[in-house]
Amino acid sequence: MRIAALSHAALDLGLSPGMALADARAREPDLAACPHDAAADAALLGWLADGCERYTPMVATQGEAGLVLDLTGCEAVFAERGSAKTGPCFDRLSTNGQQGRSESFEAQLARDLVARLAGAGFTARLARGDTPDMAHALARFACRDPRALPVEALALDGDGHIALHRAGLSTIGDLADRPRAPLAARFGPQLPVLLARLLGEEDPRITPRRHAPEIEVERRYAEPMMTTGPLLAVIADMAHEAARALDLAGTGGRRFGVALFRVDGHVARLTVETGAATRDPAVIARLFDERLDSLADPLDPGFGYDMLRFAVLDAEPLDPDQQPLEGGEARIPDLAPLLDRLAVRFGAASVRRFHPRDHHFPEHAATTRPARAGAAALPWPAPEPGEPPLRPLTLFDPPQPITVLAEVPDGPPRRFQWRGEQHRVRLSEGPERIAYPWWRVEQGEGPTRDYYRVEDESGRRFWLFRHGLYEERGNPDWYIHGLFA
Amino acid sequence: MQSESALLARLRGTIAQAKAVASAHPPVPLGSEAADRALGGGLKRDGLHEFYAAEPQDSPAALAMALLCAVRCRATGHGAPLLWLRERKARSDGQPYGPGLAELGIDPDSVILLDLPDLMAVLRAGADSLHHGGATAALLEMPGKASAFDLTASRRLALAAARMGMMVLVARGCAQPVPSVAHSRWRVASAPSAALAADAPGHPVFDLTLIRHRGGKEGIDLRLEWNRDEQSFRAPLSGGVSAPAIGGADRSGGRRAA
Repeated sequence: MRIAALSHAALDLGLSPGMALADARAREPDLAACPHDAAADAALLGWLADGCERYTPMVATQGEAGLVLDLTGCEAVFAERGSAKTGPCFDRLSTNGQQGRSESFEAQLARDLVARLAGAGFTARLARGDTPDMAHALARFACRDPRALPVEALALDGDGHIALHRAGLSTIGDLADRPRAPLAARFGPQLPVLLARLLGEEDPRITPRRHAPEIEVERRYAEPMMTTGPLLAVIADMAHEAARALDLAGTGGRRFGVALFRVDGHVARLTVETGAATRDPAVIARLFDERLDSLADPLDPGFGYDMLRFAVLDAEPLDPDQQPLEGGEARIPDLAPLLDRLAVRFGAASVRRFHPRDHHFPEHAATTRPARAGAAALPWPAPEPGEPPLRPLTLFDPPQPITVLAEVPDGPPRRFQWRGEQHRVRLSEGPERIAYPWWRVEQGEGPTRDYYRVEDESGRRFWLFRHGLYEERGNPDWYIHGLFA
Repeated sequence: MQSESALLARLRGTIAQAKAVASAHPPVPLGSEAADRALGGGLKRDGLHEFYAAEPQDSPAALAMALLCAVRCRATGHGAPLLWLRERKARSDGQPYGPGLAELGIDPDSVILLDLPDLMAVLRAGADSLHHGGATAALLEMPGKASAFDLTASRRLALAAARMGMMVLVARGCAQPVPSVAHSRWRVASAPSAALAADAPGHPVFDLTLIRHRGGKEGIDLRLEWNRDEQSFRAPLSGGVSAPAIGGADRSGGRRAA
């Protein structure tokens, strides 16, 4: 077993990651070790990245322990928001009263971020760079000048940096001024690309964890919100503001999200969907009300929420509502808002519609799908006039076995037993023969089904089938597949 | 004199109001003359109607009867969709089958199925749907002993139904009637159908007993056959059990083999 990561105290003892655990224990017998859980580490990093979305929507994780925040353009937004509505943007700074506005935006942000991370028990090394790679390398090697970085900062595959060391090139500065073509020829084509990124000559974009929504509304609080009581009112207020923006854009939202940023860096997210585009704040607020009611584990405000963000995650064009010029007749209320509400409360799979399918097996000929999946593409088969219903009202899935007394080879059942009761058959029709889909399944054939519509002496109507012909299998089983009205 | 004429005017006003309400929600005729006479024109369009299965095995008949009343309501009113609320656990009688609905003359595309986790959810979603309106009828399927469906719950549904002009249909399989404010309560059983050619089972026939009818006659026995092509009920032509049943089994065997 090898050591994956070490605490500061352990590093001070002279241990290093990559050592065998047995060697480390030989040197420090009371070393405490626990198994490395890469997934949990990644989840923790993701949790931190979510928390950093309070500064910028462009947040990406890098490597095992790195976060990259793209702050391009954020300063103007923060300055505007900070002065206009919600007071200073970094509350901690102003309350500490250390520095005012003379400090640069990045320095304020860095101070706030370090304070928040320290509060959550993390040690952070921050660095600012012109490109994501430069910032990451500077933070990782705690360095101020990109040229002073060791060549390991290039993160070359395999032992690339050993080869560089052997060639006497130990810092980025050594590489920077050399012609790139010979470097590429000797150390691989990847090197000049990485070098250019590290030196800020090429500026790749980061891929943010979340796509930045087009419409966002934020509320920041100097004093965190300690209870969920006023939450709904705040959401309704933000929905109003978003509705105005949607109205201007001529769009309506299909999916809305609220992110609740807790003081300790945790982010809770609520999402609601609607069946049709809407921008009615009352409807949106009601959906969030349902969502809050139906949460499996309720929101835990902990030390309070100090920021809320309302986002329109999916938008579609929506024309403005128009009242008819003439009074018009009383309209039937639209069902869509009701179905949306029920879908939020009981799950989208609860609201269903019937869908026909192009399949000749009865159990596959139709299905129910969540109403949101859209309308059916196929028409329903029209029943033949004058005929009684040939398909049952309810279908058993799977069919239930029954014991039957019937004539061989393909006579209708005379008597059958189902759920412990005997039924004498008075009327019957059949067989309706439904073959196994041999044209779809390559190997082998399944049994043919012979369906009978029967009515017993008390007038109850059943749909029975024999699973197989007598020539296919010696003693075929009988099943009940459905009940008629 | 003055007070008398004022009283008359007030009474006229009351009558006119009642008539306006009645014309806004005309009753839903079932289509069979005897049934409609017994009901005084038909089922109350903005009322609560219960369908109890006579025996546990008649649950499909009770369900079908409720569905078909909803179809009548839709055929004689505006063509808004029908809401069918059922418990996810209610699977002992199988799952609703789209082609089967189509065969009964119910357009499956006009039905919205709400597959809900428990009885409380059914009642809550039912009340919500009635408050919202926009559907022709709401069918609540409540099999077994549904203790949450009590007098208060039924009153809540009935009031909401009256306000929005929606019909509420409650299908109860495997259940004993409990006190409720239903406008009509029926006991439903499957009845032998009129045999078609070659002893084939015919159109669905139901034996109905009107065991409760608010403001009307009670204890009426009816036998109704569903006519899909006309989307209406009718009295069965041959009166159910007919001659072919006697010795029919021998003959039918020969026919089937053909």
